[in-house]
Amino acid sequence: MSADERASSRQPTLPTDPVLAALEPAASAPAQGVKRLELRHVSKSFGGVRVLQDVSLELATGEVVGLLGDNGAGKSTLIKIITGVHQPDEGEIYFGGQRVTGMDVQRARALGVETVFQERALADQLPLWRNIFMGRPVAGPLGFLKVGEMRRSTEELMGESMGFTSAILTPNTNVKGLSGGERQGLAIVRALHFRAEIVILDEPTMGLSLKETEKLLHFVEGIRAAGKSAIFIDHNIFHVYSVSDRIVLLDRGRVAGQFVTSRYSLAELMDIMREVAATGAYTENERYRNKEELPQPTTGTGEERS
Amino acid sequence: MTTAEAPVQRPRGRSRITAFTNSWASQIGITVAFVALWAAFIIGAPTTFLSDRIYLAFAQTTPYFAIVALFLTMVIIAGDIDLSFISIMSLSLVGFVFTWQATGSVELGVIACIASGALCGLFNGLIVTIIGIPSLVVTIGTQFLFAGLALVLVNGKSYPLVDTTSSVSYGLLAGKIGTIPIQFFWLIALAVFAWVLLNRHRLGQNAYVVGDNPQAAQLMGIPIKRTRITLFVLVGMASALAALMNAFSLTNFYPNLGSGYLLQGLAAVFVGGTSVFGGRGTIYGTFLGAFMIGAIEAGIIAVGLSGYYTGAVYGAVILAAVSIHAVLQRRFE
Repeated sequence: MSADERASSRQPTLPTDPVLAALEPAASAPAQGVKRLELRHVSKSFGGVRVLQDVSLELATGEVVGLLGDNGAGKSTLIKIITGVHQPDEGEIYFGGQRVTGMDVQRARALGVETVFQERALADQLPLWRNIFMGRPVAGPLGFLKVGEMRRSTEELMGESMGFTSAILTPNTNVKGLSGGERQGLAIVRALHFRAEIVILDEPTMGLSLKETEKLLHFVEGIRAAGKSAIFIDHNIFHVYSVSDRIVLLDRGRVAGQFVTSRYSLAELMDIMREVAATGAYTENERYRNKEELPQPTTGTGEERS
Repeated sequence: MTTAEAPVQRPRGRSRITAFTNSWASQIGITVAFVALWAAFIIGAPTTFLSDRIYLAFAQTTPYFAIVALFLTMVIIAGDIDLSFISIMSLSLVGFVFTWQATGSVELGVIACIASGALCGLFNGLIVTIIGIPSLVVTIGTQFLFAGLALVLVNGKSYPLVDTTSSVSYGLLAGKIGTIPIQFFWLIALAVFAWVLLNRHRLGQNAYVVGDNPQAAQLMGIPIKRTRITLFVLVGMASALAALMNAFSLTNFYPNLGSGYLLQGLAAVFVGGTSVFGGRGTIYGTFLGAFMIGAIEAGIIAVGLSGYYTGAVYGAVILAAVSIHAVLQRRFE
């Protein structure tokens, strides 16, 4: 597709997608261009193996950053640091310009980080409503659950946001019987139900049909339009390129390069990726040097590429 | 996934019934099995099973392992298992005996007993989660350890508890309400408590998720270790309570008091439809399962078979019940 087509498809639109109805409007509504998230010099090792090495990453409000890299490049570890599953050995994490220490999953979720995980992170044998509220049930002060409330919310989300219209599906239905698309829908709605500010999509197109993938990419566009930020991880460069404002290329635990997608064609990017895969680094290739005034975080609203 | 259709009116009627059957298949299965076994006993031994005496006996003897089985169900739902509860019964009673003898207070002894049970459970939970050894292995180890400690501490002796019978605690744990043994009321109350904990409390929600998908639990920020440890502590406390009831009604403590209850407790849980793989199970199932297991021995004698059949019938009932659950699960999910 041409650059013009891409630009027009990215015109900011109102969130007409009903999934986005689940998105609460940005509570504090920081100005566009503010760094929603910043990682500085983050390193992480597992058992002596350096999985991430001096990784710095920025994510602006309303920006979609694509994270590309081979298996073992450190994508998943980076995501798990942002979501608080792992703590970095070195480096700093900033949310909205404020340094955050002692991150864990609860903290990250309180800061508005929601993740649609590759493994889907669903409990198969549990009903839909328990999956939606997993790790964050609606409960009274003594920890007793407000089951009715959670069931009602789930029923609403199923009708409005997930588009589950099958009569067989109720909030009490087990997740086991859902199709791949339905499961992904559940995972996304779960991520959005809780005032997400940063939505992380870890290999979200895996196992989806073409049509479901299309819906998913449309949904990522919607995240941007709603003024939220997203990190999109996928093996498939076509998917990443089509929805990202900026692509961060990871290789063997380092950031090998950052590319504003409006300035590079898909062919150029693939060229660069091949070079990185072969040499382990992107070495100021002659052909693209004139484009290397970046990377700067972009506002990601689409203006800069029209 | 993200379609724009307006919420549709869900059709009522048939599909509602299907949905109901789907989500209650397990409970329906255990209920049918329970009624079938009961009917078999009534047909085989009508005089015994149509009089109240046998039920009064069950009401006293079943709770000894059923109370533990309720909380064992939650441990197994969370993907763990506790084989040490029979030894916790013995060791916690040592806590009772020592405290009672030292202070002369039965009530303090009861508190010490429950606390000892909680400590044993805590020990199990800490080894399982902090050192990271599968609970099957850990609790085989602690089954020997706790039983061995109990033997060493009391030097293998048994203690008569006749002097406790005048205490308030004795009445509360081994008395009767009318003609019905009080153990039965404890079982009912604790079953309600366990049901609420499992189905209407954070702890239960987390237990289900941890057992179903530990990775999801980690990614969604569920306190996995705390959940597992808490469940082990609950089993420890339940074991101590059951042990006290048992020892009080025998008015005797002997250090291998719990040894008969291991398979009965486990069988009650699995007959009740709890999955050994975690993530699935109900208190209701365990409750009925416990009475099925509790009735078998008396039922066999009453029906006129020799006691030698007991083991074989136990086995047949357990396999039949577990098979019913497996078939129902495949059919409805």
